[in-house]
Amino acid sequence: MSTAPCPLDTDAIRADFPILATTLHDGVPLTYLDNAATTQRPRQVIQAIVDTYEQHYANVHRGIHWLSDQSTDLYEDAREKVRAFIGAPAREEVIFTTGATGAINLVARSWADANLGPGDEILVTEMEHHSNLVPWHQAAERTGAKVVAATVADDGTLDMDRFESLLSEKTRLVAITAVSNVLGTINPLEEIIAKAHGVGALVLVDGAQGVPHSPIDVQELDADFLAFSGHKMMGPSGVGVLWGKQELLDAMPPFLGGGSMIRRVRLDGYEPADLPAKFEAGTPPIVPAIGLGAAIDYLNAVGLDAIQRHEHDLTVYAHRVLSELGSLRLLGPVPAKKAGIVSFVFENNRPHAHDIAQLLDRHGVAVRAGHHCAMPLHKRFQVNATARASFYLYNTREEVDRLADALRQVQQVFQRRQSKRSRSQ
Amino acid sequence: MAPDEEEIYQEHVLDHYEDPYHRGHAPHCTHCHEDDNPLCGDTVSIELNIDADGRLREAYFEGDGCCISQASASMLIEQFDGKTVDEVRRFTAEDMLELFGAKLTPNRQKCCLLSWRVLQSAVFSPVHQTIENTGEGSRP
Repeated sequence: MSTAPCPLDTDAIRADFPILATTLHDGVPLTYLDNAATTQRPRQVIQAIVDTYEQHYANVHRGIHWLSDQSTDLYEDAREKVRAFIGAPAREEVIFTTGATGAINLVARSWADANLGPGDEILVTEMEHHSNLVPWHQAAERTGAKVVAATVADDGTLDMDRFESLLSEKTRLVAITAVSNVLGTINPLEEIIAKAHGVGALVLVDGAQGVPHSPIDVQELDADFLAFSGHKMMGPSGVGVLWGKQELLDAMPPFLGGGSMIRRVRLDGYEPADLPAKFEAGTPPIVPAIGLGAAIDYLNAVGLDAIQRHEHDLTVYAHRVLSELGSLRLLGPVPAKKAGIVSFVFENNRPHAHDIAQLLDRHGVAVRAGHHCAMPLHKRFQVNATARASFYLYNTREEVDRLADALRQVQQVFQRRQSKRSRSQ
Repeated sequence: MAPDEEEIYQEHVLDHYEDPYHRGHAPHCTHCHEDDNPLCGDTVSIELNIDADGRLREAYFEGDGCCISQASASMLIEQFDGKTVDEVRRFTAEDMLELFGAKLTPNRQKCCLLSWRVLQSAVFSPVHQTIENTGEGSRP
């Protein structure tokens, strides 16, 4: 059943991830298919964290002492690794944040507050994660600008005609995800960015589900902002990245105030520091950033092209074996147009996604159930919850088979049976 | 398989899920309330007919959601059909979890307690325009 060649040596990769050897419920192997929520870490990343705490840790950019210099070098090396990873022209354009959410909120608080007003529009899409919707609603409340949303077509792709019809000289920013965290849809970023720039709008790309899984080059894309999270690419939680074009970041006022982000402080005011410090107030996520650097090393060693092909193979395979299960509805586009995310519901929403997830867990299969922080998208597809399997470099076809087998057993639990309860109430 | 979790989907629960007690609308609704669990999207609405003595002459529920939220609503409605408002008020969250039977993790307890919350509000939520309802106008 699972004999087709895989682009990756998953046995060797899996050996790097201690947690994947976990067994639960008296010996069932863990089948971790919740990678769109968060990924697991290889021992190389875990070791980088341990080494930093055991040998190199102090605060960064502060101490005039040997340990602080070590810590600062490692932290700044991580910034350089991020820069190269996304093809950014300058290290100063890479801002470490608390996550993709922190990065998007930074742009909303700083750029939007300084630049938007009544009559301006922020164009989002129906498939955005709440973290790329709520900050814009909040910015609209503060500035008087309006949030407008492009629709998703029935096949789960962005309705490009509708998108274009919403673009106008009023559009100041397009905030769009690279990949839908529910449907897996890969958005045509180059086309979107070119069209947005055509009306003078900037583009913020939510790369949380894209950057960990496929190569990205911000200069080739000509994006204006890119946000992503460390924990979705085998790094620690608590660190993320905002990349922005230097002239934009330079012109933006600081968002959080505090230590590090200043050049000079007087009792009656302050002067902000240069990039990137201007946007890194307080002690930054030092060790998480260093861990993210180690994760990038790991991704580079395996190769993002190979990872992307591997996940595509798993997605095609998952569509095939899950389609064989009766009464299962797969959401989102065909595998050719999507990343390694497969969301599904049973017909008539019975059994419900939460019951699916709870029963799959008995077979060691970890999936996400719910609205995945994308309530408008669920409303669009008239479901209030979906179950979602999402893949990464260490997943295998055998695990997809395990998911399908477990789903068959879920169906059996809920198969129509003669009710023993009296109906004559 | 973990036997302690197995009991969530026991026959009794699945029976209520697939063959619920009084899923529908109260023909002579005097009180109603609806709520949801925003984190998971489960919804439950309850319609009651409460007479002058505070007795639930009719009790019905509608809803959408997981097996636990819908089966527990059915159990609750079955339990309180014909009981009094005072008895509803004395029925605690712990009583509700006991009525459901199967042991639930804190996350799934929220599913089970949704209908309990809705019923506690419904007995104090009169539907003004339908107080004089003669029963001809029951909703489809």
